[in-house]
Amino acid sequence: MNNKGVDKSKRQFLTSALTVVGAVGTGYLAVPFLAQMQPSVKAMAAGAPVEVDISKMEPGQLLRVAWRGKPVWILKRTPEVLATLKTLDNELRDPMSEESIQPDYSKNLYRSLKPEIFVAIGICTHLGCSPTFRPEIAPADLGDKWKGGFFCPCHGSWFDLAGRVYRGVPAPTNLEIPPYRYVTENQLIIGESSQGASA
Amino acid sequence: MKPSRLSLFGEWILERFPITKIWEEHMAHYYAPKNFNFWYFFGSLALLVLVNQIITGILLTMNYKPDAELAFDSVEYIMREVNWGWLIRYMHSTGASAFFIVVYLHMFRGIIYGSFKHPRELIWIFGMFIFVALMAEAFMGYLLPWGQMSYWGAQVIISLFSAIPVIGEDLSLWIRGDYVISDATLNRFFAFHVIAVPLVLVMLVFLHIVALHEVGSNNPDGVEIKKQKDAKGIPLDGIPFHPYYTVKDIVGVAAFLIFFSVVIFYMPELNGFFLEHANFIPADPMKTPEHIAPVWYFTPFYSILRAIPDKFAGVIGMGGAIVVLFFLPWLDRGRVKSVRYRGGIYKKALFLFVVSFLTLGYLGTQPPTPVASIIARICTAIYFGFFLLMPIYTRWEKLKPVPTRVTSQPSLDDRLQALKKVYEEVTFVAPLSKPVASPLVKCTFLRRRLNPAGVRSVAKRFVKTLKTSLD
Amino acid sequence: MRRIITLLLFCALSVNGYASEGVELQAASIDLSDKQSLQRGAKTFVTYCLGCHSLKYMRYKRLAQDFGLDEKKMLTQIAPQNASIYDKMFTAMNKHDAEKWFGIQPPDLSLIARSRGTDWLYSYLKGFYVDKSKALGVNNAVFPDVGMPNVFWQLQGQQQAVVNMVEGKQIVEGLVLDKPGTLSEKEFDDLVNDLVNFLAYVGEPMQLERVSLGKYVLLYLFMFLGIAYVLKKEYWKDVH
Repeated sequence: MNNKGVDKSKRQFLTSALTVVGAVGTGYLAVPFLAQMQPSVKAMAAGAPVEVDISKMEPGQLLRVAWRGKPVWILKRTPEVLATLKTLDNELRDPMSEESIQPDYSKNLYRSLKPEIFVAIGICTHLGCSPTFRPEIAPADLGDKWKGGFFCPCHGSWFDLAGRVYRGVPAPTNLEIPPYRYVTENQLIIGESSQGASA
Repeated sequence: MKPSRLSLFGEWILERFPITKIWEEHMAHYYAPKNFNFWYFFGSLALLVLVNQIITGILLTMNYKPDAELAFDSVEYIMREVNWGWLIRYMHSTGASAFFIVVYLHMFRGIIYGSFKHPRELIWIFGMFIFVALMAEAFMGYLLPWGQMSYWGAQVIISLFSAIPVIGEDLSLWIRGDYVISDATLNRFFAFHVIAVPLVLVMLVFLHIVALHEVGSNNPDGVEIKKQKDAKGIPLDGIPFHPYYTVKDIVGVAAFLIFFSVVIFYMPELNGFFLEHANFIPADPMKTPEHIAPVWYFTPFYSILRAIPDKFAGVIGMGGAIVVLFFLPWLDRGRVKSVRYRGGIYKKALFLFVVSFLTLGYLGTQPPTPVASIIARICTAIYFGFFLLMPIYTRWEKLKPVPTRVTSQPSLDDRLQALKKVYEEVTFVAPLSKPVASPLVKCTFLRRRLNPAGVRSVAKRFVKTLKTSLD
Repeated sequence: MRRIITLLLFCALSVNGYASEGVELQAASIDLSDKQSLQRGAKTFVTYCLGCHSLKYMRYKRLAQDFGLDEKKMLTQIAPQNASIYDKMFTAMNKHDAEKWFGIQPPDLSLIARSRGTDWLYSYLKGFYVDKSKALGVNNAVFPDVGMPNVFWQLQGQQQAVVNMVEGKQIVEGLVLDKPGTLSEKEFDDLVNDLVNFLAYVGEPMQLERVSLGKYVLLYLFMFLGIAYVLKKEYWKDVH
């Protein structure tokens, strides 16, 4: 062993250089390793826009379709329901959907393109359960204040039939509205706002 | 000055966990002989490949489906639709072959420098267990893609167990969990491949290294460096593993990764050796491929199996070829470790062994023919002869004197210089057909042509050196 | 010693001698960067092959991406009618019918280029000849007794085999064009070559990406090796 005449600063420099280059390489190697846990092409294909035929829907009927693996509700609302929705403002946290997520074209009283057809993602904005559809008025278990809506069984959040959240429940915002459009009168496409532009 | 929070936290850990002690004992104050050569890279490389296999393996299990209906499709799903799935899969498949290349070279190092001899017998035994576990791991992993080769390879190998008298049939049935290779087999092989065998492997590697660090590393001269110590009790020929061998092993790792990447990015199938062509066809229990051969790393042992014209004896021969390696420390009676100081008879035996092992490996990839069978039998005889006759021929070896200190060998620079001289000897610079006024004239690389006389004399010298080195 | 080596060498050569048998394959020219050829190949596949053979791992969207084609063009120009962009290339023929007509289900061809090789595919597709003794009226020089008709017979025309008797066995020595088809020989060769090129792409769609990434990885590793080597030399000054 001969430690005389060792250029310490050269060693220090080379060691740092190799460490930096090695760290950069490891970083690049980590990219594929982490990215492989991102949604695959299969998952993205399942997230493709979904076409729905609503010609056979009865008033008051709820249709469930899967888009990106999530439940999407399509509800045909009756004139009575639409009338009730106008009267609820004082009981709701965000009646005009100022803080909620929806495309611009459904940021209105009925939260929809056409008042009678309501489209929403059926996932509670609290912790991700899917609320149950309870259209009846003042049932025994929910009490007199219930005007028909969606009730989340996990933590008891209330939403009206426009997916708007009530005051005093855990959910922070209204139900999310996905992008959608009408191809024809009775043909809906969920997942894209205009021709070709998928969300 | 008040100590920082970080250093306080560091002290808190150190009072409770011996990080510094482990570091000092196994890295900074682990004294390794200073004359390690090229052959000593493969231990650390094997560790690197093990880590690669574990990480890429975990990532693959996230998308792989161990189900006979889904397995093949899920592999193609990984290759095509999972982000970077192809890279991870190729890293794993290439890593499997790389593991065997590295381990075979590591074992050969042990044989030529006598690293299995007293006092390192246990290291060798642990290493052999690692080798057996690795073969099991590779064999079971190879079933998972559920291609034709996966299926029929497993079918053939599991059928070997049925050759065992009395219990054979029941044993192979128990291993398969069905009358043929099936979903049940695939599912249990998956369980073994991803958790059981890797755990055993990691534990064995730990034991292998603990045993090594207890007795210390051997070296190309086979000299025990602990016999010559300085006043402080440090071996005179030893250098601390860190930093000297850490920086050296990093060079080895970089060189290895270059070869590894060339395969992954430019030839992941390696012409059917790393990924066999027939394995791109889904498993079909009704149709055997025309020519089935195991993956290259099993072919030497497969050749021995085929060479013996009796089912049970063949299985015994194949198993025996591996078992005999366990007994190497006691078969070799030579009193010198390194091949550098051993007698000609041992060197010639070793040379024949290497040739026959490689020949067996090659023949295993080829369809059987009468001529090939005869060669395989000769090679099998040499293989077993090398080990079983060892107690006899190593007794009469004419040994060369062993130095008390390790010797120094030409450095990489010297070797490159020598290589350059050989290159200059076997080629000559073709004269220019017309004068060119360009500075490139000085670069003669493109004008070099083969020089037959030079080639002949180099070849002659090579044969002569080989001959003297075998004496 | 020398005698043993000579013997081994001799034996090794004779082992190799056994291996060469069968029809000689013609070489396909594969160029995965030729997007036009891939598109033509895909069109040929959809027109002539997709009726029976699927490419079940391939989505039209992936084809559009890799060919640099607009998704709409992909659907109107290449994909069959009513296909949607995320669809995989499944065949319209169902399993039951297939087994009734051909005895077996025609195989999926996603990986055929990787299992058989491109030269084999090229020679096979060009290797059909008239053989009245077969149920389909044709046989194949590369794949004898194959259960597939020559789907290109109108384009290629009909070939006759030049048969020679060797040791009591009929050996196909070559093929001669008997009745010309609608395409010239050159045009037909190009059509088959494009198809094989497309199948080579389908076997491993990420191949170009893989190869182009390789040079950056190697460049990096050589740089890393360089620094590591200098560092090693610097430290090892102590030892020598």
